[in-house]
Amino acid sequence: MGSSSSSMDHIPNAEELMQETGFSAAHLLRLYERFEFLDKDQTGELRPEDFGAIGGLALNPIGDRIISAFFSPGQETVDFPSFVRVLAHFRPNGTNRTRNGTQQEPVNSRTRKLKFAFQLYDQDRDGKISRAELLQVLRAMLGIQVTEEQLQSIAERAIQEADLDRDDAISFDEFKKVQQVSPHPQTPTKETPLHPTEGGR
Amino acid sequence: MTWSTFPVDNLLCRCLGISITVWWTFLFVFIIIPAVFGVSFGMRRFYMRTLLKIFEWAMLRMEMGAKEKNQELYKPYSNGIIAKEPPSSLQQEMQELRGSAGCLRSEPEFEMADIFYFCRRGVESIVDDEVTKCFSAQELESWNLLTRSNYNFRHISLRVTVLWGFGVLVRYGVLLPLRVTLAVTGISLLLVLTTLVGFLPNRELRSFLSEKVHLMCYRICVRALTAIITYHNRENKPQNGGICVANHTTPIDVIILANDGCYSLVGQAHGGLMGMIQRAMVKSSPHIWFERSEVKDRHLVAKRLGDHVADKTKQPILIFPEGTCINNTSVMMFKKGSFEIACTVYPVAIKYDPRFGDAFWNSSKFGMVNYLLRMMSSWAIVCSVWYLPPMNREEGEDAVQFANRVKAAIAAQGGLVDLIWDGGLKRTKVKDAFKEEQQKLYSQVLVGDRSQCSDMNHLAVKVHINV
Repeated sequence: MGSSSSSMDHIPNAEELMQETGFSAAHLLRLYERFEFLDKDQTGELRPEDFGAIGGLALNPIGDRIISAFFSPGQETVDFPSFVRVLAHFRPNGTNRTRNGTQQEPVNSRTRKLKFAFQLYDQDRDGKISRAELLQVLRAMLGIQVTEEQLQSIAERAIQEADLDRDDAISFDEFKKVQQVSPHPQTPTKETPLHPTEGGR
Repeated sequence: MTWSTFPVDNLLCRCLGISITVWWTFLFVFIIIPAVFGVSFGMRRFYMRTLLKIFEWAMLRMEMGAKEKNQELYKPYSNGIIAKEPPSSLQQEMQELRGSAGCLRSEPEFEMADIFYFCRRGVESIVDDEVTKCFSAQELESWNLLTRSNYNFRHISLRVTVLWGFGVLVRYGVLLPLRVTLAVTGISLLLVLTTLVGFLPNRELRSFLSEKVHLMCYRICVRALTAIITYHNRENKPQNGGICVANHTTPIDVIILANDGCYSLVGQAHGGLMGMIQRAMVKSSPHIWFERSEVKDRHLVAKRLGDHVADKTKQPILIFPEGTCINNTSVMMFKKGSFEIACTVYPVAIKYDPRFGDAFWNSSKFGMVNYLLRMMSSWAIVCSVWYLPPMNREEGEDAVQFANRVKAAIAAQGGLVDLIWDGGLKRTKVKDAFKEEQQKLYSQVLVGDRSQCSDMNHLAVKVHINV
């Protein structure tokens, strides 16, 4: 562990990646070591099985979906830049530095995070969460703990609340609206539940 | 004394002679004699305080340097890859997500945002998961001038680099030879003296002297590592006829504990130098060494341990139930074998301070010699030892429950995380039961189960699974 074992030279296009994702050199190095660790057979790319080996992910009810979020449709492997780009969505917000003063949206903005979560629901990437897809996610999160009827009624209520244009599916805009509308009495201007306060250990 | 006729040689010889004499005097007076008598000058603590001040200064300079260059330092807890949440239960986080005060609902109410919780946990475990973390060295918030423990060290500040260079010189040029000398002295004394004591016919005298000899040699070894140990609650020290269990981080744990009391060690008989030391130790005090073939035979092991504890004149046995080295941030599952023997268990918690040197032995990365070299070229090994009150197996408790109870006590005292994973399964195939437990917790949030509303404090799944 530490800079004695690997250096920035091993990372392809490090500068570009840093610019694009906003990670600093030290963070990138740390991620690269993690990538190498996960890549058991040293091919330089990760496969779904490599993710599957992580204990904490295997017990996560939506673990498979999170894993497939790393893989672009049709691709079977993930290389380091793609790995980092996905993780960049979760970078802490307070560390945004606009390196070249661009107008484009930072990678870890709220919208990008919401998009990531949206894609967890919308597996066929058609831009809408259908009733069937919602049911699948609910089933994954609840398992055998609730009955089929309860599941159906939960899905029904969720769609009714969110679906504004009555097309029986939830688009990304409707998804975004739902997040804003839900009442947060204690945390009125809390940006997003994905940005927990810097409460370190 | 007649001097030789060559002035240069003469000068060189004299210099060499004087420096060696000074070296040995220093060693003898300040280190070995106090070790023999168990006295301390307090130099090591002073050294520790000085080092801390230096580390703080170095960290400040690095932060300044990083600000100038507009880079960021990687700090695992305050500036990590992902904003980390303090560990809380699923219930608590869901409530925060929803912003609702009450947890009683008449109907299940799902919100689309609930997926964020699982999403974040999942991504956190991709970046860093519990099991892997236990088997790799702990990450530090601030740097301790050892290259091996830092992601940020990349010539950020000139002064820090110079300090680091100076540190390397001191560690490898001064401290390492000193420590190696001490270690060699300590081990050879152990070998010689225990063999001598073993020849004595009188049993009482023999055990009395062997205790003194063991303690003395371990004290020298402790100084060889510059180990600064603080013992707490010494009134709970293990007594004869009991078993002492402790969490395992490194083979040095043995030296740390044996510095303060005499224990009987349990282990496999090795060959080579280790074997010689083992045979010598056995001559003067009863240790339990197993041949490789005997290790598999659980009944034999249990019988020998049982016989040992039944004899009240024999020292307490020292056992590390985790079975493998863990990196001292958490405690893994205890193997139940040592808890099946009917006797008092004395738990001991050992916590190392990682700022001065990482004591964890990553056996997949480093061999023994490499590891010892790293140990002896760190700044110091600083640790705290807590002796916990003795525990006995209660009525109706089986060995596994007893083991878990002891483990929880040790984890609580040492400030370590109490994990369910088994140390032997470094790459666990997670059982479906764990996933079900997560699902159950979530469904309880939805359904608003009354009995669960009050205080489910830790997400760590306390499922009783016999792994």
